Amino acid sequence: MSKLSQRHLLGIKDITRQDIELIFETASNFKDVINRPIKKVPSLRDVTIANIFFENSTRTRLSFELAEKRLSADVVNFSASSSSVKKGETLLDTVNNILAMKVDMVVMRHASAGAPHFLSKHIKANIVNAGDGTHEHPTQALLDAFSIHEKLGSVEGKKVAIIGDILHSRVALSNIFALKKLGAEVMVCGPPTLLPKFISSLGVQVELEVQKALEWCDVANVLRIQLERQQLKYFPSLREYTLYYGINKKMLDDLKKKIVLMHPGPINRGVELTSDAADSHHSIILDQVENGVAVRMAVLYLLAGAQG
Amino acid sequence: MQKKLILDSKHLDITLSRLCQQLIENHSDFSNCVILGLQPRGIFLAELIHQKLKQLKISVPLGYLDATFHRDDFRRRDAPPKASETRVPFAIEEKNVVLIDDVLFTGRTVRAALDAMISFGRPAKVELLVLVDRKLTRDLPIAADYVGKYVDTLDTQRVLVELQAQGHKQNKIWLINKD
Repeated sequence: MSKLSQRHLLGIKDITRQDIELIFETASNFKDVINRPIKKVPSLRDVTIANIFFENSTRTRLSFELAEKRLSADVVNFSASSSSVKKGETLLDTVNNILAMKVDMVVMRHASAGAPHFLSKHIKANIVNAGDGTHEHPTQALLDAFSIHEKLGSVEGKKVAIIGDILHSRVALSNIFALKKLGAEVMVCGPPTLLPKFISSLGVQVELEVQKALEWCDVANVLRIQLERQQLKYFPSLREYTLYYGINKKMLDDLKKKIVLMHPGPINRGVELTSDAADSHHSIILDQVENGVAVRMAVLYLLAGAQG
Repeated sequence: MQKKLILDSKHLDITLSRLCQQLIENHSDFSNCVILGLQPRGIFLAELIHQKLKQLKISVPLGYLDATFHRDDFRRRDAPPKASETRVPFAIEEKNVVLIDDVLFTGRTVRAALDAMISFGRPAKVELLVLVDRKLTRDLPIAADYVGKYVDTLDTQRVLVELQAQGHKQNKIWLINKD
């Protein structure tokens, strides 16, 4: 099988394990491509892709743009802060205007959960969700799982702890879906106020003490505290959060086994991770970034190819 | 479905020996030569040629080249073509490259492979070796330098290469009528 079951990548929830495995296989071929002296292939030469970002992003946007350019696609960028959205245009109008200029694919980030799903019902172009509110961030989950697959040989049967602000994290939800589909055991860990109430119904374990989570897991995926999404006070202070949930190198070194440390970025050094932990041999944070480009190339390639 | 045997194990062996001799004629000591098998099926033939040359005490670097991302029929098919591994563990700059594939049909794979190869460097010279050259079906002005066997075929026919290296019981090359 060399075809995805979906026309869009809206969330990990909608795709199958076979889809994820196909993306991984394609991504490892692209990883080979981007490590060559000439990093570009002409696969998407006649494809135009619009990156529509209604929310700030540096890493994801840069990663998508590099992925698109290395596939030889034509790329247009759009950010909401400098556009007619400020003048009161609706989402559908904005996107339809962009599509009227003959765009084949849309990579979209939006602050509202479900925005890409809404669009997928109204427009023809393939849509890649680059993060919708606190809902899903499928390419991040794919690259996280791909990095685990690459580092540990497989995802099946591995124990992955997701630590931090689970409530506001789209990365957490997408990761849970992806890891469960690939047969991993998943644990979430964080302050009770930052854990969604019914999270265990997704089939994940819940742990409140970070030390126990670290002792349990093979992989620790540490998330950032998303202060910009928190209208309420969920914990007394950042210092207190760091005291109870921050991870330092000593905690990692004192574990009986070697675990893999991941972070989707941006890191708040000194809050969820100390600098020495983030830069230690446990960390594969920069491998995640490299894999991000390869995984996004695979997703774009497979979606564009399925139009036929 | 009609099947006609074009080459059996014995004749394949003779053909491969002849192809190796032809390579030796043109490359003498192979000092500046590398072999690239085209994925997915050309690599098996490339390995056979590589082994045969080794038996003749000639060692040539062998690589695999995948041209999937350089194909021109992307988005014209139902599903995106699936890529295989590319392994070019040597520099091809200023080298004499022999591309190897099992069947030469429309020439489009070879065109894509030339593109893919050039992203690794600028070879001095490129030659093409194929086991079966299907005459009369070329879409592009591409010809092979070394040919195992010429076969007159129609677009509707298919050439099937079964090699032991691919898990078949015997080496056999078939011409199949699709109808």
